[in-house]
Amino acid sequence: MTLSPLTQALNRGAIAFILLLAAIGVIVPILNLLVPPSSPFHVSSYYVALFGKYLCYALLALSIDLIWGYCGILSLGHGAFFALGGYAMGMYLMRQIGGRGVYANPILPDFMVFLNWTELPLYWYGFQSFPYAILMVLLVPGVLAFVFGWFAFRSRVTGVYLSIITQALTFALMLAFFRNNFGFGGNNGLTDFKDILGFNVQAQGTRAALFGISAFALLIGYVICRVIVTSKLGMVLVAIRDAETRTRFLGYRVESYKLFVFTLSACMAGVAGALYVPQVGIINPSEFSPANSIEAVIWVAVGGRGTLIGAALGAVVVNYAKTYFTSGFLAPYWLFVLGGLFVAVTLFLPRGIVGTINYWMERRRDKAMPAARPDADSAAAEDGVASAATARPAK
Amino acid sequence: MERNEKIATSLLYLNGVSVSFDGFKALNNLSLAVENGEMRAIIGPNGAGKTTMMDVITGKTRPNAGDVLFGGISDLTKLDETQIAELGIGRKFQKPTVFEMHTVEDNILLALKADRRVRGTLFWTETAEAETRINSILEIVRLKHVRERVAGSLSHGQKQWLEIGMLLAQEPKLLLVDEPVAGMTDAETRQTAELLKEINRDKTVVVVEHDMTFVRDLGVKVTCLHEGTVIAEGTIDQVSANERVIEVYLGR
Amino acid sequence: MPPAPCRGLMMRCLRNGFLSFAVMVWVVLLGTSAAQAQDLEKALAGFIADNFADTDSATAAVAKTGSPLAISIIEALQDGRLLFSGEQKQVFLRNRAGAVLDAATGKPAANVPADLSPVRVNNRVRRAIDAALGGLTLLSPDPTRRLDAARAVFKSKDPAALPALLAAIEKETNPTIRQALTEAHAAVVLFQADASEAAKIQAIGVLRQRGDQDALALLSSLPDGTPDGVKRTAQDAAGAIQTNLAMWGGVQNVWYGLSLGSVLLLAAIGLAITFGVMGVINMAHGEMVMLGAYTTFVVQELIRAHNPALFDYSLLIAIPLAFFVAGFVGILIERGVIRFLYGRPLETLLATWGISLILQQAVRTGFGPTNKDVGNPSWMSGAFEVGYITVTYNRLWIIVFTMTVFFLLLALLRFTHLGLEMRAVTQNRAMAASMGIRTSRVDALTFGLGSGIAGLAGVALSQIDNVSPNLGQGYIIDSFMVVVFGGVGNLWGTLVGAFTLGIANKLLEPYAGAVLAKIAILVLIILFIQKRPRGLFALKGRAVEA
Repeated sequence: MTLSPLTQALNRGAIAFILLLAAIGVIVPILNLLVPPSSPFHVSSYYVALFGKYLCYALLALSIDLIWGYCGILSLGHGAFFALGGYAMGMYLMRQIGGRGVYANPILPDFMVFLNWTELPLYWYGFQSFPYAILMVLLVPGVLAFVFGWFAFRSRVTGVYLSIITQALTFALMLAFFRNNFGFGGNNGLTDFKDILGFNVQAQGTRAALFGISAFALLIGYVICRVIVTSKLGMVLVAIRDAETRTRFLGYRVESYKLFVFTLSACMAGVAGALYVPQVGIINPSEFSPANSIEAVIWVAVGGRGTLIGAALGAVVVNYAKTYFTSGFLAPYWLFVLGGLFVAVTLFLPRGIVGTINYWMERRRDKAMPAARPDADSAAAEDGVASAATARPAK
Repeated sequence: MERNEKIATSLLYLNGVSVSFDGFKALNNLSLAVENGEMRAIIGPNGAGKTTMMDVITGKTRPNAGDVLFGGISDLTKLDETQIAELGIGRKFQKPTVFEMHTVEDNILLALKADRRVRGTLFWTETAEAETRINSILEIVRLKHVRERVAGSLSHGQKQWLEIGMLLAQEPKLLLVDEPVAGMTDAETRQTAELLKEINRDKTVVVVEHDMTFVRDLGVKVTCLHEGTVIAEGTIDQVSANERVIEVYLGR
Repeated sequence: MPPAPCRGLMMRCLRNGFLSFAVMVWVVLLGTSAAQAQDLEKALAGFIADNFADTDSATAAVAKTGSPLAISIIEALQDGRLLFSGEQKQVFLRNRAGAVLDAATGKPAANVPADLSPVRVNNRVRRAIDAALGGLTLLSPDPTRRLDAARAVFKSKDPAALPALLAAIEKETNPTIRQALTEAHAAVVLFQADASEAAKIQAIGVLRQRGDQDALALLSSLPDGTPDGVKRTAQDAAGAIQTNLAMWGGVQNVWYGLSLGSVLLLAAIGLAITFGVMGVINMAHGEMVMLGAYTTFVVQELIRAHNPALFDYSLLIAIPLAFFVAGFVGILIERGVIRFLYGRPLETLLATWGISLILQQAVRTGFGPTNKDVGNPSWMSGAFEVGYITVTYNRLWIIVFTMTVFFLLLALLRFTHLGLEMRAVTQNRAMAASMGIRTSRVDALTFGLGSGIAGLAGVALSQIDNVSPNLGQGYIIDSFMVVVFGGVGNLWGTLVGAFTLGIANKLLEPYAGAVLAKIAILVLIILFIQKRPRGLFALKGRAVEA
């Protein structure tokens, strides 16, 4: 009985989710562009932009779930990779402005002219090319994650230590990017973008297309994660999460595994950031703020870590709630809600939404087959963290 | 010259190993040789350094002084846990440690001798051989009837066996087994003794155990540690009769 | 006896508190030599043109007359009270009481001309004034004035003051002033064109002794025509001063570092014990600091409203209150949330982060988002100098306070029953529990203690930082770095960690700037934990690794 990794990865739930994403990615732009605004089926550009942003957040959440949910690495600095991807895209968009900036300098972005710079810094070279920028979107977060992870995992920094160090990483980057002489626009970051690949970033069509691409990116990200977590590699990751020392003594080089998923996850976060920037029209150093990274973790916790779908769902739900709260008279209370969410989810819903649903469904199935799990008395088995047994298709 | 002979015939050879934690000497000039194919029982009071010795052999703790040789050539003090595991040393922990969220058979599957690299596991597909191997190991450790169950739901004794099964799946040359019968019923203890003897047919085994009945059941050479050093070695009867062993461990 | 009208004037001056002026008038009346008076009149004529060059030379000339009136004339010039009349070609001065006097005689002017206007001064004239006054007041009976005068001469390097200087040095008994006079003399000699080489080299020796930035400036700006030998000696001296100053600069930075380190220690120490005992990272720790600072604010507000006399004691009152407020909130958090999450440190981290958001927002809702003004009591404001560095009282007191808290905590851990239990739980929780220690009680008290100390940190921080809802956020990452660096389970590690990071940060700052220094420290810590993943002072052994 040999299953190819892909077919093994795609069980019923996964296929349903993929179809859903594909449908959203195609139908929403159509409803936005082709259905007249008068029609009840019309999706306004406001919602396209809003949910396009959420899709990017969902991809970020997915990348966090891959390392936290399956490998037990709680990164409180994943926002850094997201922001770096965003900056790489932002640099491309800045270079596209060309002579249309306020100072009409064909090479230098406005903020450099403003700072009396006369030459483009070396690290800005190449960003006028889209393929190069895309390469950097993957490479910059990937290399940073690789170097950071190489140091951290090799010296076996784990648990809260690792979390704190990742937090320090994003904090350091935030401080650095706030500096004007760092060459990324300081406080204001990069903004006033004009066009992407020749299309106006403000145009309805471009926005709808970016929405579709975001949905597609999320889909691809999901499939990659799915393939990984259902492979034997995924089993090793869960093994590392649950008993790192045991895994080591079995002869697995734990740091290589961690490094692999951490780097991959950082690349995914980078892509999410790169798609985010043209849709919101700005990237600035506050994206590096430690609070942002922690907030992204709570999306995963709300949706259910170790479920992938839950992470994506959590990102959308929490962010929709945030938009709802912060745009009305309830705005001052949003932090109470968010803070309460952190506490409530960890205390009362440790499995998250999707994890809890999975757990119920499993319980019902077990009741249907009473012999399957006679004495599930161990606390660990009761813990809602995704078990690889449920993630993998029944043989 | 006696030393070189010992190195040549020993699978595991510790010479003058010392470990100290903030001034406390956990191992004090410990020397020990285990022959190829042998089963050795290690006894000794709490804090005698039994687990620290295991830690040193498996690379978890670096000794302050001394050599640890495996198969006469590999210096284990220079290697890390993964490399030592790859050389063919498997270890069972004092507290049973299995992957609680994985099924019993997946636990064995993860331990199965195979490509341990990231690439290897990503593109791994299940083969008939692996299936057979898993079946036979589950047979040996008497867990075939619970193969689909999540390991976390096993009883304490079953977890101990599963861990031994995982050791077997690694196909090591040397098994280090730390307190395999702690918390087991008498029947389970007897079964475990049988199991270890079965394993010893083609593998070298070092067992750390407190349970003297169990050690007697094994019927192998016994080494008694005290304060990080060997105080007696020989058959169980010789060791039990040793004045010093009685004084520090067995009691009068 | 002075005649009656003059006594009246004297009384008026006395009433206005200008004794020196009265004395001078008295001296004038007792007998000013005719020649001096003539010289003075001639010199005063220079002011009538009211152009800066003439005013400049006139000032020096007035000072040179040695007339007792000179000081008051030049002071009047300095204050814009020296008046001249173009028509009458005469100079007057308005004394501080407002009366117009004849500058040449110091007597009230008989007829005040209508076209009086003040003699104008510019920077050049002002320098001349300083120099002149410096020379003139060197012999003043008031020691403060003498010291000021000596310093003024040091700055002006006016050779005209030389005779006065020599006389003053002869007479001076106060060692500080004598030193200042000697230095002034050295400065003058060094810049005097016709001084001998030997005298100049001796002067350099004096300046080298002085060794500050001003001396360095003098030594490195010698006038043209200075002999080569002198120049070389001056260069050596300047080099020595520079080295010395760099050393003092280092000392100053170390002092700043100690100050920063003590703040870090205060903020981190509570975190270190909760992390050590419970393995829990409390992300709301910074908010405990903030609560302490707000407690201080409330205490001060109440004191201001009800009993302002107690203001100097406000911090002493706030210290126990902040400890209890933060400690109480800490125990609430532990009992209400954290105890349900033991064994799940990552979840604890998230939950406490949530609590921190709630606390921040609660304070923002209650007190508003703006900075609150927390005042320094009188004993915490001001500064004094040690060598070439300035030590502010608030920083000094914070260091003292931090060390007091540290040693009290150390004593608590070592000598009390709770301390014994806490140490036991830190080393081996399971064993401690099986020995009959109620670990849950220890946890709650530890958390309360850690939070209480954070509250104390808040009292201290309210003295040097803005008190706002975000106060805690600024310290939380730094505190964690201290704990990570210092290692867990040993307070000395936290102490060494805090001071090392504080000093390293401040020593790097001059080279890298504040932000880059901070980044460098973070990178260094990330590299450091490569070598020692459990920090400087890690617990070793089997138990901690399990």
